[in-house]
Amino acid sequence: MLVSERKPWDEILSYLKSHQKIFLIACGGCSEACKTGGTNGLQEMENKLKETGKEITGSFVVDFACNKVLIGLKLKRYLLSLEKSEAILVSSCGIGVQAVASMIDLPVYPADNTIYMGGFSGVWTGEERCLQCGDCKLYLTGGICPYANCPKNLINGGCGGSDKGKCEVDPEKDCVWVLIYNRLKEIGKVDNLRKINAPRNFNLMQPPAKRKKTIFWALETEEEQEELVGGEK
Amino acid sequence: MKLTELFAKGKFVVTSEIGPPKGVNIQPVLEEAEMLKGKVDAINVTDLQSSVMRLGSLAVCRLLKERDLEPVFQITCRDRNRLALQSDLLSAYVLGIENILCLTGDHNVLGDHPDSKPVFDLDSVNLLKAARDLMEGKDMAGNKLDGTPDFCLGAVVNPGADPLEPQIIKMENKVEAGAEFFQTQAVYDVKKFEQFIRATEHLKVPILAGIVLLKSAGMARFMNANVAGVFVPDELINIMAKASKEERPRKSVEIAVSLIKELKNMCQGVHIMPLGWDKYVPQILEKAELI
Repeated sequence: MLVSERKPWDEILSYLKSHQKIFLIACGGCSEACKTGGTNGLQEMENKLKETGKEITGSFVVDFACNKVLIGLKLKRYLLSLEKSEAILVSSCGIGVQAVASMIDLPVYPADNTIYMGGFSGVWTGEERCLQCGDCKLYLTGGICPYANCPKNLINGGCGGSDKGKCEVDPEKDCVWVLIYNRLKEIGKVDNLRKINAPRNFNLMQPPAKRKKTIFWALETEEEQEELVGGEK
Repeated sequence: MKLTELFAKGKFVVTSEIGPPKGVNIQPVLEEAEMLKGKVDAINVTDLQSSVMRLGSLAVCRLLKERDLEPVFQITCRDRNRLALQSDLLSAYVLGIENILCLTGDHNVLGDHPDSKPVFDLDSVNLLKAARDLMEGKDMAGNKLDGTPDFCLGAVVNPGADPLEPQIIKMENKVEAGAEFFQTQAVYDVKKFEQFIRATEHLKVPILAGIVLLKSAGMARFMNANVAGVFVPDELINIMAKASKEERPRKSVEIAVSLIKELKNMCQGVHIMPLGWDKYVPQILEKAELI
């Protein structure tokens, strides 16, 4: 079961500071079960942003934002509203955010932190696109995850081994920091690289107890089944 | 002595480099270092260079210090988490080591223990910040230290990086994090280096141009194919290709001398990486009129 949780709203709003017109996307797959995405999640995002005076140019829920083809088809239907948008806020796991970012030339920001994908990660079963670090940095990196794609998990730019866009560990592999740089150039956000990121907090990878109470997780234990089915708290 | 004191005096700073042995036979590397005594301002000691398991940098730095040679302690993020890195920095200070070069480090798969766990808990930027925090009397978690170390912090940059812009942005971040001087990857292309110097002038930070002694045409071709951001022009490759085996050291010295002479007015020093040819370093420095 994939587990994500909403980032603190102060943090989300800080990414969106320079943008007024926002398009919203929420995943109707795992994120809906975590109560971050789905129609409810989308509604929450819309309310929060409107409260702070942002304009919502359009929105949709998509079943499995990790599916690039599906995302591409959906985005196509909203081209007019997207043309008016300055940024996209996505409620999904890190894979979904990256799928959206790879399909459109707009800054794409994550609304959630991905904590755990054990056993089931939507329709994308690999971990190479999201390490479930619990502190999603896709807002700074043009929607491309450096943790999952850099063999050194670097967070402050590429290393000295990066050569003509290729990785020192595997010359067949693109250096993710060059991909990030190219993407940031495309969306006019190269200055994002000037922010020094603090080292990663490894405790964030542990799902908090309250997160384990989501429906799918709870079904595993009889006790919690009763709590869900039998009694209202 | 801290390298920053020399830059402050306006001295053109010369550093060189030694690599600890695989094992405990320390004599040859100490002899290499002795040859550089009085000729260079400081000697870098590499930290498991190329991810090959060896004797540690910290111990060799201390041995240099005991022989009145000024070490630059290279420390990488590959093998230590943030506790060990901070602890080793404190250890360095109590052993009398003041010059520190903070690097990310090569990846484990490039070395002789490719199955090992890569650590990379910090990166070069955060390592510089951690060292700076220690100098301000606190650790990375904000806890107060009992006794504060004082370092001269250095970092590395690759003037030949492609693309160059993110490399320069990272260099700026390193300065912000605490870097007080830079040593560069090997330079052979003077024009490109000049462009790099212009692009980083605003940082006002001393830069030591990297000089790697060319040992053969094969080595030059190997570097062109495999070492990020290093480009040896055909002209230099041809000189080495035409030289007989006996002539090679002399040609190599000539190339290094002419590079140093050309680079001298662009930067604040040179970092000579002899890769075992330490015995030629004194004559290079004499011919380049640096000693």
